[in-house]
Amino acid sequence: MPFGRSPWDHRRTLSPTERRLYRSTDDRILAGVCGGLAEHLSLDSRAVRIAFAVLVFVGGTGLILYAAFWAVVPQRPDTEGLARPRDRSHRRRPDRSDLIALCVLAGGVVLLVRQTGFWIGDAFVWPVLVAAVGTALIWHQADESQRRRWAASARAPLTERPARVVAARLAGGVVLVAVSVVWLLISQDGLQAATRGLLAVFAAVAGLALITGPWWWRLVRDLNDERRERIRAQEKAELAAHLHDSVLQTLALIQGKASQPREVQRLARAQERELRSWLFGRPQPDGTQTLAGAVEAAAAEVEDMHVTSIDVVAVGDAPLDERLSAVVAAAREAMVNAAKFAGVEQVQVFVEVEGDRVTVFVRDRGVGFDPATVDNDRRGVSESIVGRMARNGGAAVVRSSPGNGTEVELNMTRVTQ
Amino acid sequence: MTADAPRPRVFIVDDHQLFRSGVRAELGDGVDVVGDADEVGAAVELITERRPDVVLVDVHMPDGGGRAVIESVAAVDPDIRFLAISVSDAAEDVISVIRAGARGYVTKTISGPELADAIRRVAEGDAVFSPRLAGFVLDAFAGAEAPVVDPELDQLTNREREVLRLIARGYAYKEIARQLEISVKTVETHVSAVLRKLQLSSRHELTRWAADRRLT
Repeated sequence: MPFGRSPWDHRRTLSPTERRLYRSTDDRILAGVCGGLAEHLSLDSRAVRIAFAVLVFVGGTGLILYAAFWAVVPQRPDTEGLARPRDRSHRRRPDRSDLIALCVLAGGVVLLVRQTGFWIGDAFVWPVLVAAVGTALIWHQADESQRRRWAASARAPLTERPARVVAARLAGGVVLVAVSVVWLLISQDGLQAATRGLLAVFAAVAGLALITGPWWWRLVRDLNDERRERIRAQEKAELAAHLHDSVLQTLALIQGKASQPREVQRLARAQERELRSWLFGRPQPDGTQTLAGAVEAAAAEVEDMHVTSIDVVAVGDAPLDERLSAVVAAAREAMVNAAKFAGVEQVQVFVEVEGDRVTVFVRDRGVGFDPATVDNDRRGVSESIVGRMARNGGAAVVRSSPGNGTEVELNMTRVTQ
Repeated sequence: MTADAPRPRVFIVDDHQLFRSGVRAELGDGVDVVGDADEVGAAVELITERRPDVVLVDVHMPDGGGRAVIESVAAVDPDIRFLAISVSDAAEDVISVIRAGARGYVTKTISGPELADAIRRVAEGDAVFSPRLAGFVLDAFAGAEAPVVDPELDQLTNREREVLRLIARGYAYKEIARQLEISVKTVETHVSAVLRKLQLSSRHELTRWAADRRLT
């Protein structure tokens, strides 16, 4: 579609000098912040990670910085097939040992710092760490859903994570954050004060929910409405594009050729056929052509060439093979003859597949002829129809008499596996 | 047809003004057009009031289409006959108006004289099958998948099949009669029998089969 550009197409025209900072999707341990930064600054991602880990212990700067990057920097959209600044083989997915090494390193540093005077206190650090893990879990979920959206809009859907896992992870994150908050309160003020404080918080949250509830509800509904509207608009655009490419063009052509009725008829008929197959076309199994489909295609071709209306009725169908291809070719020849010589504007074709028996009738109500006196140079009938059917193990019968139209009957036994 | 034969009284239901006036012009003097309507509600009201012989009804219309008109009128006045007309030949649509009670189906590309002839036939109580409808019906009753509950209704006789095949090949009733060496009246009886089976058969496949025509 000409105006169906994906919103991500601009990346393809992005020059290497205007590289943007993204969070990495393939070189990441948590959210890809360090990997993305390393790529952007052309540094080793390990160095960046260690720097962040050290910064964590400078008043928690590393933690805050990491969270800020996570929130602000967008994740790299799916870049499969895009030219990358560095070769893909240099990238690697962080394996489990990397993660463990990093955890052990962080743990060691924590214990080390605990011995020094910089330690803020058990009562503060541990709850904060738990809260950080909970938050990371929840944010991680958001990243995944974003990636899925990209993948869905770009090409085949990613392997979907079951909704149950997503919900469990989300709940886990929320519980971790809640636990850390309670823990922090208890360790600071004692159980009773903490309970009182928590009750106050709950009351406040409940009140807030009551007050802003309707507004949230509307927000969600509006969002859904908007999405539905967008889908509808997209469908409409697609329909408009199709009508523009086909129907409007044909109507313009018809207006230009108003003085040539045959041409107008041909155009109208071709357009009708096209629109019909677009609206309720028979779904073709992948790649395999069928007898009915091939006869319809042949009829369309002959219609187009000879400005005759050919109506095809098919009962049953079968995949096309060598024998049936011969049937189609003979039927086509019969249609051409009817269109050329019968002098009528309507030809009726009937295709029937019943078990292994295939029958095709091509009939017109035109001038007809006497088969006994037909000239030898009318090779169409004898060679292309009767001869071809006989060569392929079938038979053709031509019934015609002057003034009573012509009917060609083709019979073939199908090879069934 | 002879000049003194009574002209069938026809009512046209279609939501396209262009088509209604077009049909009036095409039909000419052969029939007596007693009115038209462009929506279901008004159509039902006028039809039950004017009681035409035949209602020419468009399959596709807002508020339920031709099917709704046929069902509403039949509930009040079962004697009025319907001929369905449509631009589409999606099998489900065609079968569903026939099953609602239409006595025939033609496409909008039909010529004026042919349409007048079809209307006359329906007015006389016969069924009108286009070649395509005959093809649909052969397909519908061909499958061995659907269980045969009532052989009287769920299967076609060999003779009925023969008649349908000839219709699908483009034969007129008179030509069919000559080919099979039977009377035109007998051909009409066969077609009416097929129509009755199409309307009453409980083969649940009937409306569904057409979408996924089997590949043998």
